[in-house]
Amino acid sequence: MKHRQLTFVLTMGILAIFLASNALAAPIDIQFWHAQRGPRADTLNKMVDAFNKSQTQYLVVASEKGSYDETMNAGIAAFRSNKQPHILQVYEVGTQTMMLSKAIYPVYDLMKDTGHKVDWKSYLQPVLSYYVASNGELQSLPFNSSTPIMFYNKDLFKKAGLTGPPRTWDEMGEATAKLVASGAEYGMTVAWQTWVMIENYSAIHNLPLSTKANGFDGLDTELTINNPMVVKHMERLKTWMNDKRFTYEEREYKGPEAAFISGKCAILMDSISAIGALKKNIKFDWGAAPLPVEASMKDPQNSIIGGASLWVLKGHPKNEYQGVADFLAFLANEEMQILWHKETGYFPITLQAYNKLKADGYYNQEPLQEVGILQMTRRDPTVNSRGIRLGSFPQIRDVMNEELEMLWQGKKSAKQALDEAVSRSNEILRQFEKRSQ
Amino acid sequence: MLKRSYFSSTYLPYLLILPQTLVILTFFYWPATQALFQSFLLSDPFGVKTQFVWLDNFTRLFSNQLYWKSIGITFFFSFSTALLSIATGLLVAAMANRALHAKAIIRTLLVWPYAIAPAISGIVWLFLFHPSFGVIAFSVMRWFGIHWNPVLDGADALFLVIIASAWKQISYNFVFFIAGLQSIPKSLIEAAAIDGASPLRRFRVITLPLLSPTLFFLMVMNVVYAFFETFGIIHTVTQGGPGGATMTMVYKVYKDGFVGLDLGSSAAQSVVLMIVIVVLTALQFKYVEKKVQYTG
Repeated sequence: MKHRQLTFVLTMGILAIFLASNALAAPIDIQFWHAQRGPRADTLNKMVDAFNKSQTQYLVVASEKGSYDETMNAGIAAFRSNKQPHILQVYEVGTQTMMLSKAIYPVYDLMKDTGHKVDWKSYLQPVLSYYVASNGELQSLPFNSSTPIMFYNKDLFKKAGLTGPPRTWDEMGEATAKLVASGAEYGMTVAWQTWVMIENYSAIHNLPLSTKANGFDGLDTELTINNPMVVKHMERLKTWMNDKRFTYEEREYKGPEAAFISGKCAILMDSISAIGALKKNIKFDWGAAPLPVEASMKDPQNSIIGGASLWVLKGHPKNEYQGVADFLAFLANEEMQILWHKETGYFPITLQAYNKLKADGYYNQEPLQEVGILQMTRRDPTVNSRGIRLGSFPQIRDVMNEELEMLWQGKKSAKQALDEAVSRSNEILRQFEKRSQ
Repeated sequence: MLKRSYFSSTYLPYLLILPQTLVILTFFYWPATQALFQSFLLSDPFGVKTQFVWLDNFTRLFSNQLYWKSIGITFFFSFSTALLSIATGLLVAAMANRALHAKAIIRTLLVWPYAIAPAISGIVWLFLFHPSFGVIAFSVMRWFGIHWNPVLDGADALFLVIIASAWKQISYNFVFFIAGLQSIPKSLIEAAAIDGASPLRRFRVITLPLLSPTLFFLMVMNVVYAFFETFGIIHTVTQGGPGGATMTMVYKVYKDGFVGLDLGSSAAQSVVLMIVIVVLTALQFKYVEKKVQYTG
C-alpha cells in the first residue's frame, strides 16, 4: 500500500513539473557556433546577451569552437550526424565550399521567408559582394570583415627624413632604401602575404586572380596569378629582400607584427584588425595609410575583405528560423554594428552605422579606423575586386604560401614559383570541380 | 622466466579480455575501416554527394611529386628524432645511474619533461628559437654570427622540429634505460673491472648487449612516436612550412583532410601511413629482434 502511494505522489510531482515548464513556455534555443576568442568573443557575447534580453521567445546560445578551420569542421561533422547548429561562422575562404554544400539556407531567402524587409542597398557593397551568389542574392551575412592597410613607424620615418607614407610602389622602394640607410634594420614586412600581396594586389590593380571572373562564373576556373604584373611585383620584393628593404617574417601575423612593434621593421602591411594589438604594444609614434599602388594605376580599385560570415544551416523546424532571422537582423542594426566596430575594429556592415559614426565625429578621434573603410569603398567593385570564389581556397592559399617561400628562400625564381603555384592550384580546383558535380 | 596462469573455465579468459577488445574495436578498428572505406570515395565535405572512384585517390596521391617528398621528409624526420632521443636518453641514463648524490631527485627531474604535451614542447622551443622574438635565436645570431631562420629556411625548420620532438622523448627513453641498467647485475660489471676492462669497454661488451631488449623496444616506440605523435609540435612550430619542408605524412593527412576538406585523399593517405608503420614494425621484429638477447 505504501508503495502505491509513493508512486502516485512521484507521478503527480513529475507531471506537475512538466505542466509548469510548459506554462512558462521555455524559449527556443538557437545554436550559434563561432571562432571568436579573447576580446572579440566578449563583444560577441555582449551582442548575443543584448538580443536575448530584447525578447523572450528565443535564446541564442553562442559557443566557441576553436580556430576557423576547427569551427568549420565542427559544423561539417555536426551536419553529417544531423546535429548542426542554426548559425555557423565560416571564414571567407570557405565561402565557395559553403555555397555549394546544399547544407545552407541562404540568408536572402531566409529574410524573405520570415518577413524581414531588408534593404540590401544600404549595406557596404564591397563587404556584401564577397558573399553574393551569381543571381545577386546574399548567401551569408557578413560578420567580421577587415581589409589590409599599411602601418608605418613615424619615428623611423622622421629619422630617414621622410615626410609621409609612400603612395606608390616606386616611392615605397625609395622610402625603404632611405629607412634602411638611416638605421632601420628592415624597410617593410607583410602579414598574410597571399591575402595582401596577391589577392589584394590583384584586386587593387583590377587584375583577375583567376579566370571565370575570379570563379564567380563557374567551377572550371583557373588561376592567373602568373601574369606579368604580379610576377614583376614578386621579383621586386625578392630584390628588396636582398638589401633588407623587405623582410619575410612568416605566413600569418605574429612574426611580422613582432618585427614592427619592436621597431626592427619600419613598415607593416596587415589587416585593420591588428590595430588593437598595435595600440596596446607600440611605444613609438605610428600611423596608418592605404596600401601602395603602382604608379601606372591612376584610379586604384577597392581592396577586398577578409574575415568571416554567418551561414544558416538547413534542417531545423520552421519556427526556429524565425528566431534565426530575427537574430541576424538584430546583429545588423545600427547600435550593434557601432558597438562591434568600436570594440573590435572590424567594419560596420551597413552604411547607416558608418554614417552615424562619421556624424558623431568618431573618425576624428580614431582616424586609424577609417583608413581601411576609405580604401575599401573608394571605387565600386569590379569583377576583379568584388571577391574571390575558389573551391578548396584554404589549400590554394597554402600552395601560394609554399611557392612564395620557395621564392624567398631563393630556390625558385618569381616566374617559376608563380607558374608552379598556378599549376598546383589548378589541380586542386579540378579536384574540387569533380567532387562538386 | 615465463609465468603461466591456468583457467579452469573456458570462457573466463575471453571475458577478461573483452573490455580491452571492445576499446580496440571501437577506437581503432572501426575508424580504420571507415578510413579504408573513405579512401575509395570522392565526396564533398558535407557528405551530400559521394562517388565511388576505385583507386583514384591512391593513383592521384602517388603521381604527386610532393607526396613523395613528404614521405622522404617523414623518414628523415622520424629516424633522426628516434636516433637523437635514444642516444641522448641512453647517455643521460648511463650517467644518472652512476650519480652518487641525490639520485632520486636527479632522476625525478629528468623524467619531468615527459609530462609536457607535444604542443607545449613545440611552443616552448619556438619561443626560444623564433628569429623575431626567440631569446636563444637572438644570441646564436649575435654571438656566433650564424644565419638562423626557421621561418624561412627549410633545413633550419626541420632541425628545430627534430630537436623539439627528440627533447620531449628523452625522458621516456631515460625511464626505460635506467630500469634496464638497474637490472644488470653489478657483479658482472665488477668482475670485468677487476679483469681490467675500461669503463667504455664494460659499457660496450656488457651493458649494451644486456640492454638490447630495452633498446629494441624503444626503437619501435620512438619511430611510432616520431611518425604520429609529433603532430602537435609541427602544428605549433611550422605548420608544415616553410615551403613544405616539414610537411610530414601525418601533418599532410590533417592539412588535406581538415583544412583542404579533401576527405578521399586524406583517407587514402592515412591508409598508406598505416601500411608503412605496419611494414616498418614487422621489419624491425624480423631483422632487429634477432640480435636482441632476452635473459630470464
